[in-house]
Parts: sequence; C-alpha cells; structure tokens
Amino acid sequence: MHNKTIAELSAGLAAKEFSSVQLTRYFLERIKKFDNQLNSFITVTEDVALKAAKHADHLIAEGKAGALTGIPIAQKDIFCTQGIKTSCGSKILDNFISPYNATSVEQFNQAGCVLLGKTNMDEFAMGSSNETSFYGPVKNPWNTEYVPGGSSGGSAAAVAAYLAPGATGTDTGGSIRQPASLTNTCGLKPTYGRVSRYGMVAFASSLDQGGPFARSAEDCAMLLNVMAGFDEKDSTSIDKKVPDYTATLNDDISGLRIGLPKEYFGEGLESEVGKAIEAAIAEYEKLGAKIVEISLPNTHLSIPAYYVIAPAECSSNLARFDGVRYGHRCANPVDLMDMYKRSRSEGFGSEVKRRIMIGTYALSAGYYDAYYLKAQKIRGLISNDFKDAFAKVDIIMGPTAPSPAFKIGEKTDDPISMYLSDIYTIAVNLAGLPALSIPAGFVKNLPVGLQLIGNYFEEGRILNIAHRYQQVSDWHKHLPKGF
Amino acid sequence: MSLTAEDVKKIAHLARLNMSENDVTTFTKQLSNILNFVEQMNQVDTANVQAVSHSIVENQRLRNDEITEPNQREAFQKIAPQVEAGLYLVPKVIEES
Repeated sequence: MHNKTIAELSAGLAAKEFSSVQLTRYFLERIKKFDNQLNSFITVTEDVALKAAKHADHLIAEGKAGALTGIPIAQKDIFCTQGIKTSCGSKILDNFISPYNATSVEQFNQAGCVLLGKTNMDEFAMGSSNETSFYGPVKNPWNTEYVPGGSSGGSAAAVAAYLAPGATGTDTGGSIRQPASLTNTCGLKPTYGRVSRYGMVAFASSLDQGGPFARSAEDCAMLLNVMAGFDEKDSTSIDKKVPDYTATLNDDISGLRIGLPKEYFGEGLESEVGKAIEAAIAEYEKLGAKIVEISLPNTHLSIPAYYVIAPAECSSNLARFDGVRYGHRCANPVDLMDMYKRSRSEGFGSEVKRRIMIGTYALSAGYYDAYYLKAQKIRGLISNDFKDAFAKVDIIMGPTAPSPAFKIGEKTDDPISMYLSDIYTIAVNLAGLPALSIPAGFVKNLPVGLQLIGNYFEEGRILNIAHRYQQVSDWHKHLPKGF
Repeated sequence: MSLTAEDVKKIAHLARLNMSENDVTTFTKQLSNILNFVEQMNQVDTANVQAVSHSIVENQRLRNDEITEPNQREAFQKIAPQVEAGLYLVPKVIEES
C-alpha cells in the first residue's frame, strides 16, 4: 500500500487486493508512528475513520462503490466537521465542536471517503509557514528543521510523508500552492466560486477557495471531481457544469502556448529555483509546447494590495468571535466590553491580531479611500494583466515560490519578509484564477514547485498539462527519507 | 505612514482587543512597517480604474423568502459558553439607576 497514488489505491480496492479497513489502519498506524516528528494533525479521528471504512467495504462488496469509496483523506482543520473539533489552528476555537458539516466534508462523505483527521494550519489560515498555529509549527518532512509552508502546512506535510494519500486545503494568497511547492506535493487552487465555501471558516471571503492536495495531477483531478460544483448555501458559488477532470488528463498538448511572465523570473527569485523551473519548461518544449514571453506588469503591487484587502475582510469576518455563542470566553468578565476584549485577546495569536488591526485601520473613517478603495483598484489592474496575457497564451508558468523552504523561526520576527514569500501566488487570488503547483526538482535536498496558472474554469486543462509532464518526469514520486 | 502608540491603542479598542504596553510598542512598529509597505500602491495612477471587490462578477442570486434552515437551537447552544433557559447569557448590559 506504500507510496501509491489515490488512483492506484482505488484500483487496489476495486480488485480486492486490500480492504478499506486495512488501508485505513495502515494510514492510522503511519500517523501514530511518524506524526510526533511532524505535528501535521491537530485531531486524528480513528473511530470515525474505521466506521467509515467498514461502511465503504460494504459498498465495495455490493458493487456500489465510486472511484473514491474507501479512500482515506485528511481535512484541513478549517472545514467544519459535525461532532468533531474544528479549531482553525486557533485557541479561540480550541473548544469548538462543529454542529454541522462543511459542504466539502459532506461531499467527501457522500463519495465514501474515510476521514483520517483534521490537519494543522496557520491560525485562521494567516501565515506562510504554519508557525502561527496555536498547536505549534508543522515540520517539513524533507528536513524537520524547515517549515512546510502555510497556511495548509499540515495537509501538505501529511501528504508529503504519506500519512494520507490526499487532503484538502484552502488558498487565500497561496496557502495551497506554496506549501505544495515546499513539500513536493501537488496542490490545486480552483477558480474562485468553483468549490463551495460553506462551512469553511472565513478569512478573506472574496479570496478564499478550497482545493485538493495529492501526490499527482491525476489524484488532484479525482479529488476535484468530488469538491467542485454549485452550492446553494454559498452565495458566491458559481452555477456552472462540472466536467470530469480525469477524462481530459491525456489530451494532446502539442502547440500549447506557455506564457512566462518576466516578472516571475527577475529579482528575488533564487537562481537555483529558476534553473529547476527552466528545466521543467524545457521538458514542455520537448512535448511540443511553444514558449511566449509575457508581462504581468503590476505583479509587484499584488502583495501591497493583498495586505489591505485580506486584512480588511479578516477584520470584519473575525468580528464574530466575541465569546457569546461559541468559542473561548474569558473567565469572570466584569462587563460586556471586558468580555469581548479579553476573550479576543486571549483567543487570538499575534499574526491574527496584526491583520485584524491593519484591516480595522484600513476600513476606518478617513482612511477607506486611501487604502481599501485604492487596493480594489489595484486588484482591477492585476485582473487586467492576466486578461491581456490569456489573449496570447493558453497557460502561464513560473515558480510557485521564490525559494525552497526556509528554517523554522527564520522569518517569524519580520512579517513583511514572510509576506514576500507569496509574491508569485497572491495575484492569482486577487484575479480569482485557478492555479496548480507540482513538483519540479530539488535545491539542496528541498523541493521546488512549478506553478501552472490557467484561465477561469480551466482546471481540466491545467491538470491535463500537469499530467503530461508527470508522464515524462518522476519528481512527484520522490518520498522524503525516514518516513 | 507612521502610527503613534495612541493610534495603535485606538485601533485596538475599535477591534475589541486589549494591548499591554509591550504589545503597543511592538505593534506600533510592525503596523507602521506594514502600512509603509502597502503605500507602494500610490506609485500607480488609478484614477480611471474600476474598483474590483470580487474577481468573478456574477449577478447576486436571489432565493424565495422562505424559511429553509432547520431549527438547531439545542445543537448550537450546546457549544455556547453560558446559556440558561434557551438564552445566551452575557454580563449585565443595562446599568442600574
């Protein structure tokens, strides 16, 4: 069962080489054995998992199984799971047992998947290193002195170390793609509105999007088949037909026009990372693709605009944590104001407080036009950059992150240097586009990710282009030593 | 943009956060740095650019004005910090005269 993709495990279950209960026990054992080195799970749901696995085995025996029936997966602890702690990496939700399921959780349950547990993450998904979690940092399985990226660092590390064959994440400014890049996994951020946000704890509602982590583009396609689709419960969900993302994986890519934005290969990019990306692109040329140099001239403004828009939305979304209806309440409040202030101050960590305060300031009287409105206009410029680019090319490629993983503690005292690690991912969220990070080599034994950015709702095409590369490369098959 | 300690205390109050004097010092520096950083936005003229609040412009869907949510008061109150007789309890709000 070791080091098999979801597609291979699915075939193994169908051929009765092993049962879902055996497979589930296998991953639960691996979590027990290795997760003390990684801290990738906040909650392991052994009983729930074994019960779901037994049910899946019945379905398989009765011939009622779908492609994912009996496959164990992990959910980022941002997705509400009924009857199971949903902490969002925060002390303020440490006692929160969700009374309902997120749509993404419901979808995986319906598909017959087995929930192994809830993965660690930066607090409220605010971070690029998984160091802001109330439950402690996640370690990168490629070198446990290094960060796995964030905010979906637990899901990335769990898939990288094969503690789960697949997992969910959320991506507001790179939180799926950047950790995928730093851990040698595949991580897809779908088009905004493609995957339901219902029951996904909100950080920045106009940017947040859920998506899958797995070992291959093919596995991402299988997981996206479950997650994508219209949801009446999410007012920003888009009512558009969902294709079978696995059906087009092998489509021909000769004549493909790949755009390389010059801004993604300039100052700030570590040269060894650049070389790995160029080698991957050279493989695409061998497959018949054509390279076109393009420009996304407002890239440098994406981080400034993001650090107004995302905090503004976060300050408003996190106003709900007030100690009244759920979550942490301080002891012996003297009055209502004392209760709000102490519950929130005790419950939130520093990065969350910083962002709430930046957002509060940017939205306050007298500053709205200078910050929030200005940032929204920059957002318009960034969207137009991509629109112009997609008039000339079919897909945009570049590095996912400017450097491989950095050391735990290296950037914690300098928020801005941490923010800059998302330079190649943030503009995609501002524009609402889909993008995927896939393994593309190693620099000093640390993984490098290639980012593929597609036009709106072109997830199928992105996965097809990534799959063709994975047919002629084996970076995605490398596993970290010791796991 | 440089914030003063007083600005930070005011923002903290608006955001309903307590700050120790130590926190105020740290946050004054960090928040000022972040605001200076985001002011790079002023390098470009956006006078004729349309502000974008959502990346994908779809008409807001409307639904019929019907009650569709099941009543889950008990489930919701089970996880509340303090309830009594089906009500959420908070510290006294109205002052005695």
